[in-house]
Amino acid sequence: MRAPDSGLPLQFEHTRVEAGNRRILDIEALTIASGAPTAVVGPNGSGKTTLLRIGMGLLKPTAGRVTWGGRENAAATRRAFLFQRPVMLMRSAASNIDYALASADVPRAVRKRKISELLALVGLSDFEARPARHLSGGEQQRLALARALARDPELLLLDEPTASLDPAAAKAVEDILREVAGRGIKIVVTTHDLGTARRLAGDVVLLHRGRVIEHTLSGIFFTQPKTEEARRFQAGDLLI
Amino acid sequence: MNMPASVCIFSEELTYAVTNAIKFRGVEIVFLSAFWMLITGDPALYRIIGLSLYVSLTATLIAALVGLPLGALLALKEFRGRIAAVVFVNALMGMPPVVVGLAVFLLLSRSGPLGSLGILFTPRAMIIAQAILITPIIAALARQTLADLWVQYRDELAAMNVSTAGSVATLLWDGRFSLLTALLAGFGRACAEVGAVIVVGGNIDGFTRTMTTAIALETSKGDLPLAIGLGAVLLVIVIAINAIAWAIRRTGERLAGAA
Repeated sequence: MRAPDSGLPLQFEHTRVEAGNRRILDIEALTIASGAPTAVVGPNGSGKTTLLRIGMGLLKPTAGRVTWGGRENAAATRRAFLFQRPVMLMRSAASNIDYALASADVPRAVRKRKISELLALVGLSDFEARPARHLSGGEQQRLALARALARDPELLLLDEPTASLDPAAAKAVEDILREVAGRGIKIVVTTHDLGTARRLAGDVVLLHRGRVIEHTLSGIFFTQPKTEEARRFQAGDLLI
Repeated sequence: MNMPASVCIFSEELTYAVTNAIKFRGVEIVFLSAFWMLITGDPALYRIIGLSLYVSLTATLIAALVGLPLGALLALKEFRGRIAAVVFVNALMGMPPVVVGLAVFLLLSRSGPLGSLGILFTPRAMIIAQAILITPIIAALARQTLADLWVQYRDELAAMNVSTAGSVATLLWDGRFSLLTALLAGFGRACAEVGAVIVVGGNIDGFTRTMTTAIALETSKGDLPLAIGLGAVLLVIVIAINAIAWAIRRTGERLAGAA
């Protein structure tokens, strides 16, 4: 049963982030609703990570509003974040998940079962006792995903989860994300890999210079892009 | 187990003979005499060693209980004046022991605010003085270690909604092997310190005499064998504890995946 403090829809209204004289993000309106995964694409420095951090509540915007389920100060209990380069705690793989479960106030009695389930979900059942920092990059990414899912999130935000992985490891992560999305968890993933966006996303947000250039269904974005920037981005042209 | 009387008498006679021999041969064999005191289990020597370890280890434990969380808070908590607090704690690492001894003396003396406790010139007073002396050392070194770890953990713990207290506990646990260095530095300073404990302990024979105060006293009296014996023991203890801590750190880090 879902908790009453829903994190969806995630809405940005006149949201700006500035650093000195530089405007990093400038979003008039953006709504991310439940459903299929949303891919946020754009060139480096377009504001993808900033958007995601604000969506998690890790960063406060300089101006404007961000709401979760219509509330500005909604508790982040049902949100989880996966960093591009996740940091493993200096403990075993199982203890990393146990830590996340404990921080989400999951009773001790059910943690062991949850740890087994999550490790199985990400294909790391045999690595339960292995020090997390001894795992490979792809395994650490999957463990970080399990740790994020330990929070039983309604909204899972992932920052370039496959950027530093080889194709096989990237596919493993994408398969897990598809499985997770099938369970009703809303996924928002940033990527500059259009292949990932095409394979995973139900809708795509194109960011450029901190602004939303296009937000549309994935099928439309890849077949009938509305904007010149979207066409050029898909064609591999440099968006400067 | 009690030794037979004949063995005791033999041991005493042997000690007497060796000591006399040493006196006749001169100071060049004081090292032999010091070694003899150690292997014969000289009660005065071992009482001093025992008290020194008790005082320094207790002071290190107290300083760790205060200094480690303080160092962690300074590493992760953002507040107005944090930089000034860090500079202040770092500066306190260089506190002269006699000044700390004097401050504790004034606190605990009969007319001082804590005079009613009646613990001046007792091992408790020495523990307090040493704990005050080494708390900043442990806090400052812990802050540096944990600040580096916090840079790694900050975002992950924020994303998991971990509270400040929870973050402090996590940093202390995950940084425990690196923090051994801070504890060793504190213990080393406590063990080697003489100024504070001599002021608040009084160097009372059999009651508040530690290795360092005894070395200072015996050297001034010209009893070099005892001073050298104590000095050798002090060095061995410090080296042994460092070696053990190093082994624990290496093994622990390997098992935890930190190395």
